[in-house]
Amino acid sequence: MAVAARKANKSTPNKTPARKATPNSPQFDKGQDLSAYREMLLIRRFEEKSGQMYGMGLIGGFCHLYIGQEAVVVGMQLATREGDQVITGYRDHGHMLACGMEARGVMAELTGRRGGLSKGKGGSMHMFSKEKHFYGGHGIVGAQVSLGTGIAFANHYRQNGNVCLTYFGDGAANQGQVYESFNMAQLWKLPVVYVIENNRYAMGTSVNRASAQTDFSKRGVSFNIPGEQVDGMDIRAVYAAGQRAVEHARSGKGPYILEMQTYRYRGHSMSDPAKYRTKDEVTRMREEHDPIEQVRRRLLESWKLSEDELKAIDSKVREIVNEAAEFATHDPEPDPSELYTDILLEAH
Amino acid sequence: MAIDILMPALSPTMEQGKLAKWLKKEGDKVKPGDVLAEIETDKATMEVEAIDEGVLARILVGDGTDNVAVNTPIGVLAVEGEDASKAVASAPAAPAAPGQTAPTPDSQSEGMSETSSALGRGGDTSPDALPAAPSIISSRSAHDAMAEIPEGTEMVTMTVREALRDAMAEEMRKDPNVFVMGEEVAEYQGAYKVTQGLLQEFGERRVIDTPITEHGFAGVGVGAAFTGLRPIVEFMTFNFAMQAIDQLINSAAKTLYMSGGQLGAPIVFRGPNGAASRVGAQHSQDFSAWYSAVPGLKVVSPYSAADAKGLLKSAIRDPNPVIFLENEILYGQSFPVPKLDDFTVPIGKARIHREGKDVTLVSFSIGVSYALKAAQELEKEGISAEIIDLRTIRPMDTDTIVASVMKTGRCVTVEEGYPQSGVGAEISARIMEHAFDYLDAPVIRITGKDVPMPYAANLEKLALPSVAEIVQAAKAVCYR
Repeated sequence: MAVAARKANKSTPNKTPARKATPNSPQFDKGQDLSAYREMLLIRRFEEKSGQMYGMGLIGGFCHLYIGQEAVVVGMQLATREGDQVITGYRDHGHMLACGMEARGVMAELTGRRGGLSKGKGGSMHMFSKEKHFYGGHGIVGAQVSLGTGIAFANHYRQNGNVCLTYFGDGAANQGQVYESFNMAQLWKLPVVYVIENNRYAMGTSVNRASAQTDFSKRGVSFNIPGEQVDGMDIRAVYAAGQRAVEHARSGKGPYILEMQTYRYRGHSMSDPAKYRTKDEVTRMREEHDPIEQVRRRLLESWKLSEDELKAIDSKVREIVNEAAEFATHDPEPDPSELYTDILLEAH
Repeated sequence: MAIDILMPALSPTMEQGKLAKWLKKEGDKVKPGDVLAEIETDKATMEVEAIDEGVLARILVGDGTDNVAVNTPIGVLAVEGEDASKAVASAPAAPAAPGQTAPTPDSQSEGMSETSSALGRGGDTSPDALPAAPSIISSRSAHDAMAEIPEGTEMVTMTVREALRDAMAEEMRKDPNVFVMGEEVAEYQGAYKVTQGLLQEFGERRVIDTPITEHGFAGVGVGAAFTGLRPIVEFMTFNFAMQAIDQLINSAAKTLYMSGGQLGAPIVFRGPNGAASRVGAQHSQDFSAWYSAVPGLKVVSPYSAADAKGLLKSAIRDPNPVIFLENEILYGQSFPVPKLDDFTVPIGKARIHREGKDVTLVSFSIGVSYALKAAQELEKEGISAEIIDLRTIRPMDTDTIVASVMKTGRCVTVEEGYPQSGVGAEISARIMEHAFDYLDAPVIRITGKDVPMPYAANLEKLALPSVAEIVQAAKAVCYR
C-alpha cells in the first residue's frame, strides 16, 4: 500500500492547480508596501535564525518554520482591527510576530528559557498573548479550529464586534472537528474567518494524495459557507480577500473560508529532509513567487527606493532578530520551582 | 383471558411515578397503538400505549394517583369474546412482560435509556431484595454530614436532578458570563431533565442546544472559556465525551501550564457518568480514574443532592476546568438540601458520611449508597464502619482518608470503575505512602469487574460491585 502510494506520487507529480494570475491585485501604496516588507522580512529572518539555532542545539523538540508563507499572516493582520483574535496550529512563529508579540519572548520560548512567552514551559507550538489577542499555538492538528470557533462564539455572546481569525493547514482541513465547527459557526452565524494555509503538503503527504476535494475554498459548501481561493504569495491579494472575509464575519453574516495558496520552503519540521518533493519545485516557487521578493521589487521599481534604503530596513530587522537570539541564548532556564506552578489557578 | 396493564418504567432510574390521567374509560374499545393513559415522573411525561386489542375492562388506579410503583397493575384489558365486566386481573404482582405496555419515548435520543427500572441493581444485599428508598441521611452523623451547613438551617428535600438545576440557575443569575451548552439542554429541557426550566428563565442566548457534535462543541466551550466566559458544557453522558477527550485534556487541562499561567479555561464539563441500567458496554463506563490522572483538571463526583448542588456551584466559580461526574441512577433520588441563599461545598474536601471505628470504607458517587448499606449490615455483626465520601476525586483529600485509616487500621475502597489503575488503586497507594504502619490488613478494592459491561441483567449485576462484596471485604480486613 505504502509502496503503491509512493509510486503514484512519483509518476504523477503534485499537480496543484496553477496559481491564479494576479493582474488585478489591488495596489498597495508606498507605506503599505514598506510595512509589509518590514514585517514579512522580520518573520523570514526570525525563522532563518530559529533554524540556525536549532542546528546548534539551542532549540529542542519540534520546530516548524513559516518561511515562504509570510504574506498570509501579515496580509491578514492588515485586514483586522484591535480586538480581533488570532488562533493557529503548531506552525505559529509568524503569527505571533505578526500579532506584535516580541521577537525576544518568542525566541526565548523556543530555547526554553524563563523569559519566554510561556516561561519556557510551552515551547515552539504553545505560546499565547492575551494582550495581543493571540490564543495559541496548538499542537494537536485541527484542535484550534473548534477553539477558534469558540472564541468567535464568545464574540457573538458578548456582541463585541470582534472577529476571530482561525488558521489551519491543508492537512488539518481533513479533521472531523473542522466540519463540526463549520456547522456550528454557520448555524449560529459566528464571526470567524477560517484561513486555510494550503502549503501543498501535510507533513510529507501532498494535497492530491490526502484530499478528495483539493479546492479548499469549497470545503464549506455543504454548510453554505462562502469561500475563495487566494494567491497567498501576493500580500495584496491576501489583504483584499481578508478584508472581504473579515467584513462578512463582522457584519453578522457568519463564517468565511479563505484558502491561501502558499508554499513552505523548508521541511515540515527541522527533522524533515523533504524528499517528497523535488528541489526544482522549491526553487521555482522561491524564484517566481516569493512573497517578500514581490514587495521588494515594487519598492525598488515602483517606489524608487534605493538598495541602500532597503539594506537599512534589512539591518534593522537583523538587529531585532540578533538581539532576540542573544537574549534567548543567555536568558536562564526556568527556576526548578516552576515545575509545579501554573497547573491550577487559585479558586476564590 | 384478561390482560393486566402494568405501570411502565420509563427510565432505568424510575421506581414509581404518577398516573396523571386516563385517556380511555372503562368499557372503551382499545386497539394497539391507542394511548391509554399519561404518566409522569419528575423528569418526564409519557404516554402508555396499548399493545393488545380489546376492551378496557377495569381501571385499577385512578387519575392523579401519586407514587404508583413500577409494575403495579393499573388496569385490566378484556380481550375479544370476553365479558369485560367479569374480567379480573390474573396476577396482581406479575412482572411486566416486555412489550405488555409500551412507553412511547418522545425522542430517540441516545442517552435516554427507557428500559426496565433500576430494581435489583448492585445496591441490594440479596439477589431478590428490592432496594429501599435511600434512607441514608438518618443513619449518619449529623455533625459530620452537615459540617458545611450552619446549625438550625432549614432543609428541603429535593432530587439530585433538581439540586443540579438549581445550582446552575443560581450561578447563571449571579454571573452573566455563565451559560449552558450541550445536546438537548434547551428546548428538550435536558436528556435527563437536569436543565429543566433554564431555557425559560435565561433564554436561548445562554441555554444553547448544540448539534450532536461532542468534539466540536467541547472545543467551542474551551475556546469561549479562554476569553473569560464560564461555559457549562453538558455531555448527554460521559461515554460520549470520549469523542471530545482531546479538547478536555490537551486544550482545557494543559493550556494554563503551556502558557506560563496566562490563559486558563474556567469551564465545567458535566453529565452522567458510569453505569445506568441495562445500557450495555458503550454506555456504562466510569471515567473517574481516567480524568483523575490528568494534572490541570479538577474531578468531582458527588453522591447526595446537597453535595451535587454545593459542588456544582463551586465548580462553576472555579477558574479551572472541572470534570463534574454525575450518576444517572442518583438523579431521581431525594436528599435534604440546606435552604441557604448561597450554599457551596468546597472542591477537594471529602466528607465523613458515617463515623465508625473498625474499618474505613472509601467511596464516591453511587458507591456511597453501597457502602452505607454495607455499613448497616456490618453493624448487625458488630463491625463499626466509617464511611468516607470522597466527593472530589482530584485533588484527592488524602488527609481525611489517612486520618480515618490511622484510626481504624483497615480500609476497603468501593467504586464502579475498572480495577486496574482505578481510584481504589490510587487510594491504596496513598495509604501505603502515608499510613503504612497503621495498617492492620491490606487494603481491599471493591470495583466494577475487569470486563466491558454486559447487557444481560444477571451478568450486569455481577459486573457491578455489590453490598455483599463490600461486607465480605470489610470482614476480611477485620479478620472475621
